[in-house]
Amino acid sequence: MSTTFDRATFLKQTGAMLVVGFSLNAPASAQPGPSPRATLNPQLLGAGSNEVDAWLAIDRNGLVTLYSGKVELGTGTETALIQLVADELGVPFHAVRMIAGITGVTPDQGVTSGSQTIMTGSIPMRRAAATARNRLLELAAQRFQVASADLVVRDGFVRPRNAAGSRAIAYGELLGGRKFNLTIDPQVALLTGNEFRIVGRPIKRVDLPEKAFGTFRYVQNVRLPEMWHARVIRPKPVGANFVSLDRNSIAGIPNVRIVQKGNFVAVAAPDEWDAIRAARALKVTWSGGGLPAQNDLYEIIRKTPSTVKVVQQGGDVESALSSATKKLSATYLWPFQTHGSIGPSCGVAQVHPDGTIEIWNGTQGVYPLRDAIAGLVGVPPDKIKLNYVEASGCYGHNGADDAGAEAALIAQAIGKPVRVQWSRADEHGWDPKGPAMVMDVEGAVGDDGRVTAWKLDTYTPTHSTRPSGQPGNLLCGQLLSAPPAKNPNIGGDRNAATIYTFANRRVQVHWQPTAVLRSSALRGLGAPQNCFANESFMDELAHAADADPVAFRLAHLSDPRAKDVINAVAKLADWKPGQTRVAAKGLARGRGVAFAQYETTDAYVAMIADVEVRPSSGAIRVRDVYVAHDCGLIVNPDGLRNQIEGAVIQGTSRALLEQVTFDRDGVTSIDWRTYPILRFSQIPNVHITLIDRPNERPLGAGEPATIIVAAAIGNAVFAATGARLREVPFTAARVKSALTQR
Amino acid sequence: MPKNVTFRLNGRERTVTVDDPSEPLLYVLRDRFELNGPKFGCGLAQCGACTVLFNQTAIRSCQYPIASVEGARITTVEGLGNEHTPHPLQTAFIEEQAAQCGYCTNGMIMSAAALLHKNPHPTEAQIKAALDGNLCRCATHLRIVRAVKRAAAAMVKQAQRKTA
Repeated sequence: MSTTFDRATFLKQTGAMLVVGFSLNAPASAQPGPSPRATLNPQLLGAGSNEVDAWLAIDRNGLVTLYSGKVELGTGTETALIQLVADELGVPFHAVRMIAGITGVTPDQGVTSGSQTIMTGSIPMRRAAATARNRLLELAAQRFQVASADLVVRDGFVRPRNAAGSRAIAYGELLGGRKFNLTIDPQVALLTGNEFRIVGRPIKRVDLPEKAFGTFRYVQNVRLPEMWHARVIRPKPVGANFVSLDRNSIAGIPNVRIVQKGNFVAVAAPDEWDAIRAARALKVTWSGGGLPAQNDLYEIIRKTPSTVKVVQQGGDVESALSSATKKLSATYLWPFQTHGSIGPSCGVAQVHPDGTIEIWNGTQGVYPLRDAIAGLVGVPPDKIKLNYVEASGCYGHNGADDAGAEAALIAQAIGKPVRVQWSRADEHGWDPKGPAMVMDVEGAVGDDGRVTAWKLDTYTPTHSTRPSGQPGNLLCGQLLSAPPAKNPNIGGDRNAATIYTFANRRVQVHWQPTAVLRSSALRGLGAPQNCFANESFMDELAHAADADPVAFRLAHLSDPRAKDVINAVAKLADWKPGQTRVAAKGLARGRGVAFAQYETTDAYVAMIADVEVRPSSGAIRVRDVYVAHDCGLIVNPDGLRNQIEGAVIQGTSRALLEQVTFDRDGVTSIDWRTYPILRFSQIPNVHITLIDRPNERPLGAGEPATIIVAAAIGNAVFAATGARLREVPFTAARVKSALTQR
Repeated sequence: MPKNVTFRLNGRERTVTVDDPSEPLLYVLRDRFELNGPKFGCGLAQCGACTVLFNQTAIRSCQYPIASVEGARITTVEGLGNEHTPHPLQTAFIEEQAAQCGYCTNGMIMSAAALLHKNPHPTEAQIKAALDGNLCRCATHLRIVRAVKRAAAAMVKQAQRKTA
């Protein structure tokens, strides 16, 4: 059997599946016929395709297929992308189906990350749809013998502006199942403001019914005929070399195959429970390796030689500091944190008889992972097909890519289709971590209450070691001694700069070439860390200036949209200057505010947290969080609220509870007891004001609200108690210690 | 020594032969019966993604030995309802859009089903207490609480209609 991974093969194999379960009230004029998929003249797609056909197909029944390089990670973007494309195309929401993340089938849009799917990822899709709509109007104009301008589009039908509905002609009929053969018009007008009909509505998500019925196809549910189950045995300590293994230690478990290549060790068995038992029982001897002591973490970060980059500078900060009378300095610390996906990562792989490899996993970027795996297993990229299948929420670069690569490696070794399921300890212990960071801030305020100097020095490694075509970025690549990956410095500078109007400032990032634990992207990258420092220190300066923290921020902002979110949140929370501390029996109650513009160019968010602190124990309870959010055009207000609620609660969890712990052997926070996250009994109420700007471009919304949560809570604790929290997480012990030091 | 275990699964009597009677129920449900509702989350009974009903009680199938379900009625989320005859909890989760990635949804619905069986009129605090052992990382907790309240109200109404 020869396997080619292009859209032709894909359509042949899956054409029937795509149509099954697809319910559309077919327009009366639609022509019944065979599955349109087989009639499409497909093309193998390359990167950055500027052809309409790369993105869209319309069949004879008017069913639209959107080929997306951005994948649904559980955040609701599939629904939002369909809304945008349906509107641009002029078809009903239910007429569009999305296929995403299949190499050779969907366009290469890099990695689905950074709140970019709607903001930038949707643009080529919208342009393709708008170009397609114009072509359909031209086709209709020929049929009706009128000018395009005299036609109107509604729900996938075109009719002359001044004629009865009976003359309407359907898109499916106009196109007749053909391709567009049309280049996307980069100047094509996109809809805006009141031209939207589907965008702006709280359309229910397309994926949630199957998720509620238990029938949704997660990657964990992918089953192949004759599939074996595999588990990987990790080196102990981290970085150790393989010495030997004792086959007799698993002699009692039937049909187990052991795979050992370099420092990579795995077991596989036809039965999943056998594979689990074998992985637990197999005795492996390792030598060398080991991590530094956790207590030395922040000291190591300070001492690691770094490359300094100035990211924001103005005025003369040194002389402003030396002449200042009200001067402050503080250091803020943020530990390693983990993604904590509820479903540990999973990958399935099959080697076809001709040596080509097919992989299913929950990667954020099928093409860059495909290229990395190609290098790992020694197969050309065009002989590997990567299928994105949704996994448990990832919140960044978790173990998904590694599990896919491991499946390919093991499938190749044993000649069987293989499913690799990570254990809880694998995911908590071995997924790349959100990096620990140190932030030093110095600043001064003048007698007029204005900030006269601001200096931030942030110490960070890169926040992205994604596969990016390099086997050395894969866990198993590292175990097989792949060449070390070269990764650009990404993300540690995120929101280090601010949009405040400070006369004298210098913001510097100290990029570190190494990190104590394997690190990569976690929701917001360096923004939660930098905003924790910036927004806590703004609060410290406001206090030093004896100013209301809301008014203090407003006084240092000129962007009207920034001021709008702060004023909106103050109104929502009924903020009253001078009343940030509330009397309560046996408890200290207070409220704090924080603000940021994501990446200083994207969504605006302001937040007020109401907390109570039990001084006897140091325990914090976050009672209410108020959010005002401006991400430009709102595509789906309910989806947006869902993202904001999630960002706030996950952010609260990271601020109060989360810290990766480790000893010499490796990560010790390897389950939900040692790495607790927020539970139902601890969640705050979240109150949201959305500022919709239908005439502005849509900005990302997956991350902005999470980046200021720690600062809002820390500032509230200060208001309540006078104790300043400068180290995340705000554990009870740490709060108690801060209370004694105030 | 292979062992037979017989139990009712989603209303049908089933017998499985297992080599290891301590094999957790979860793997039997997923691998032998290809049920995708119950999820592997931790294998430690710490997160609730694998929750199924044992008679009317919520159990963590990832740690529940198959031998212990002999004679029991096991219900998974697939047995609770489907798109044609949805359980009020499933309807309510969709109505409230009470999920993001949805990986924890199975456990939330099954734990809530056990709660509503015992207590048809739970307070918000009781709902939160019943679901406290179920983790949601996307943090859709507020929606899940609303969905359980909505389902409770719908089920009470349904029961009233039946008795009327």
